[in-house]
Amino acid sequence: MTLIKHEWKQGRAAFLIWTGSIGLLLGFCIFLFPEMKGQMEDVSALFASMGSFTAAFGMDRLNISSLTGFYAVECGSVLGLGGAFFASLTAAGLLSKEERGKTAEFLLAHPLSRTKIVTAKFLSLLSQIAAMNLALLGLAAASMLLIGEEIPVKELLLLHLAYFLMQLELAGICFGLSAFLQRSGAGIALGLAAMTYFLNLISNITESAHFLRPFTPFAYCEGADIVEKGGLNLPLVFWGLLWGAVGIAAAYAHYCRKDIAV
Amino acid sequence: MEAIRTDALTKTYGKARGILDLNLSVREEEFFGFIGPNGAGKSTTIRTLLGFLRPTSGSASLLGMDLRTGREEILALTGYLPSEVAFYPGMRVGELLELSARLRREARRPASLLPHRREKTSGRRNTSRSDPLRTDETARRLEQLCSAGALCERLRLDPGRRIDELSFGNRKKAGIVCALQHHPRLLILDEPTSGLDPLMQREFFDILDEFHQAGATIFLSSHILSEIQRHCTRAAILREGRVIACGEVGSLMKTGARRVTFRGQAPISALSGLKDLHRHDGAASFLYDGELNRLLSVLAAGDIRDLSITEPDLEEVFLHYYTDGGEDPAESGKDAPLQTISGRNEP
Repeated sequence: MTLIKHEWKQGRAAFLIWTGSIGLLLGFCIFLFPEMKGQMEDVSALFASMGSFTAAFGMDRLNISSLTGFYAVECGSVLGLGGAFFASLTAAGLLSKEERGKTAEFLLAHPLSRTKIVTAKFLSLLSQIAAMNLALLGLAAASMLLIGEEIPVKELLLLHLAYFLMQLELAGICFGLSAFLQRSGAGIALGLAAMTYFLNLISNITESAHFLRPFTPFAYCEGADIVEKGGLNLPLVFWGLLWGAVGIAAAYAHYCRKDIAV
Repeated sequence: MEAIRTDALTKTYGKARGILDLNLSVREEEFFGFIGPNGAGKSTTIRTLLGFLRPTSGSASLLGMDLRTGREEILALTGYLPSEVAFYPGMRVGELLELSARLRREARRPASLLPHRREKTSGRRNTSRSDPLRTDETARRLEQLCSAGALCERLRLDPGRRIDELSFGNRKKAGIVCALQHHPRLLILDEPTSGLDPLMQREFFDILDEFHQAGATIFLSSHILSEIQRHCTRAAILREGRVIACGEVGSLMKTGARRVTFRGQAPISALSGLKDLHRHDGAASFLYDGELNRLLSVLAAGDIRDLSITEPDLEEVFLHYYTDGGEDPAESGKDAPLQTISGRNEP
C-alpha cells in the first residue's frame, strides 16, 4: 500500500494535468453542442459526402446532430487520444524510471520482492487510469446536464468502458516495455498510441485493411459501432485484453529476473 | 554464524568481467573492510549480495540465509548505503525517511534485528547474553541512537529540506539515516564517506562504532585505506574481480616490503624489487621488496647522509599489490602477508 501511495504522489502532477486537460477539452466540446446543433444537419450532410475520410472516422454511420453521435465522434477523439497518451506515458515510465533516476538502489534495498514491486506499480497504474476515467465520466455527464440535454446513459457508459479498456490495453503493453527499458519510454509510448490510432483509421477506410483491427485498441472504441450495435465488439475486446495481458506478464517475467542497472 | 559467505560467486556481463570465483567469509559482529580500486568489482559484489544482480554462478548467503530463497528476510535485517545516493524528486528528507520506514514496516519482519548485547569494557568486548537488564538498557540506547530524529541531529540533517535542494554530502547523510534507522544487524556500506566533510566523517564513524559495539556486522567497501586501517579488524583486497588477499588488517600490513627513504647518493638502479620511487630535495624514497642484505650493500656503496627504513602503511601495501602487473605475490615467492590468497579465508 505504501508503494501504491508513493506512486500516486509521484504521478500526482501528471495525473492532474492530463485529467484536467482532457476534462477541459471534453467539457468545451459538450458546451459547443447546443450552438452547433442547428448547423449540424448541414455539417452531417457535408461529412457524409467525404468518402473514405468519412468512413475513417465512422461518420457515415453516425448522426452528429444528435448528442450521442456528436459525443461519439468529437468528444471520442479527445477522450480516446488523450486517454491513450496518458495511459501509455504513465505505464512506460513506471518501472524504467527507477533505473533512469538511479532510485532502484534505494527501492530494492528494502525487503520487498520484485513481484510485490511490480504488483504495487501496476495497481497504482490501474487505479490512476480508473480514477481518471471516473472523473471524466462524471464531468461528461455533468456537462450534458448543464447544457440541458438528456444523458444517453447506456451509450455514454459503453463509450467510456471502451476507452477504459483501450487505455488498459495500451497501459499493459507499455508496462511490459517499461520492464525492458532503462531510459525514458515516452517516445515509444506516444508512438505506440499514435500508431494504433492511425492503424484504426486505415482499417476503417477499406475492408481489405480490416485484418489490422485486432492490433489496434481503437478498433473496439469505434463510436459508430458501439452506438449502432448497443454493445462492444467482444472479439476485438478479447484481442485487446490479450495484448495487454501479454505486456503485464512480460513485465513480471522480465523485471523479476533482470539485472538492475544502477 | 557468518554474516556474509560467498562460494565461488561469479558475475559477468556477457564477456565483460564483474567478479570471478569470489570466496568471502565475514564473521558476524565483525567490522570488515573491502578494498579495491575503481573497477575492481566492489560494487558488483555488493549489488550481487543484495540481489540487484543475479549471480552468473556460485552462491551467497547473508546472516545464515541463502540469497536465492531468503532475499527479503536478509534485506529486512540489512542496511545499505550506496556509493551514489539518489532519491525521488519533489520529496522532503522527512518524507523520504518515513517512506523508507513504512516500506520496511509493511514487509515481513524477522524475529530479531540487532542483538543489542555487547558492552565495551577496557577495550575488550564483553558478551553478556544472559543479562536481561543489560539487554534492555542497550536496546533502549540503540533505539535512541537509531531513531531518525537522533541520527538527523547528529549528522546535522534538516528533515524539512527538499531532497532536490540537498548537496551531495547532505544526500549522503539522508542515505545514512535510511540505512540505519531500522537497527540493521548487517550494514553494507559502499564508499560511505564520499561527499562528507571531515567532521561528518568522524561523526559517521562514531555512529558506526556504536552500531558495531551493539552487535552489528559492518561491511565497509572503500578505496580510502586509512578508513579501513583505522576501523576494520579484517579486510579483503579485490583486484580485477578476484579476492587476492584477505585477513586481519594488521597481518595484511605485515609485508616484506619496506619504505626506504634516504638523503645522499646511492646506485639504487642496481636494485630489483624497487617500486614507487620519488626524488625530492636531494632525498629519495621508494618501496623495496627484495633482499635486505642487497639493499644495505647498495646503500653502503653510496654516500648516505640520512636513512630511514619503515614498514609501509596500508596504502603502500595496497600499491604493492596493485602495481604488481597482476602477479600473484604468493606465486612469486615473495613474503605473502596473507592468510589466504585467492581462496576462501576462513575466520
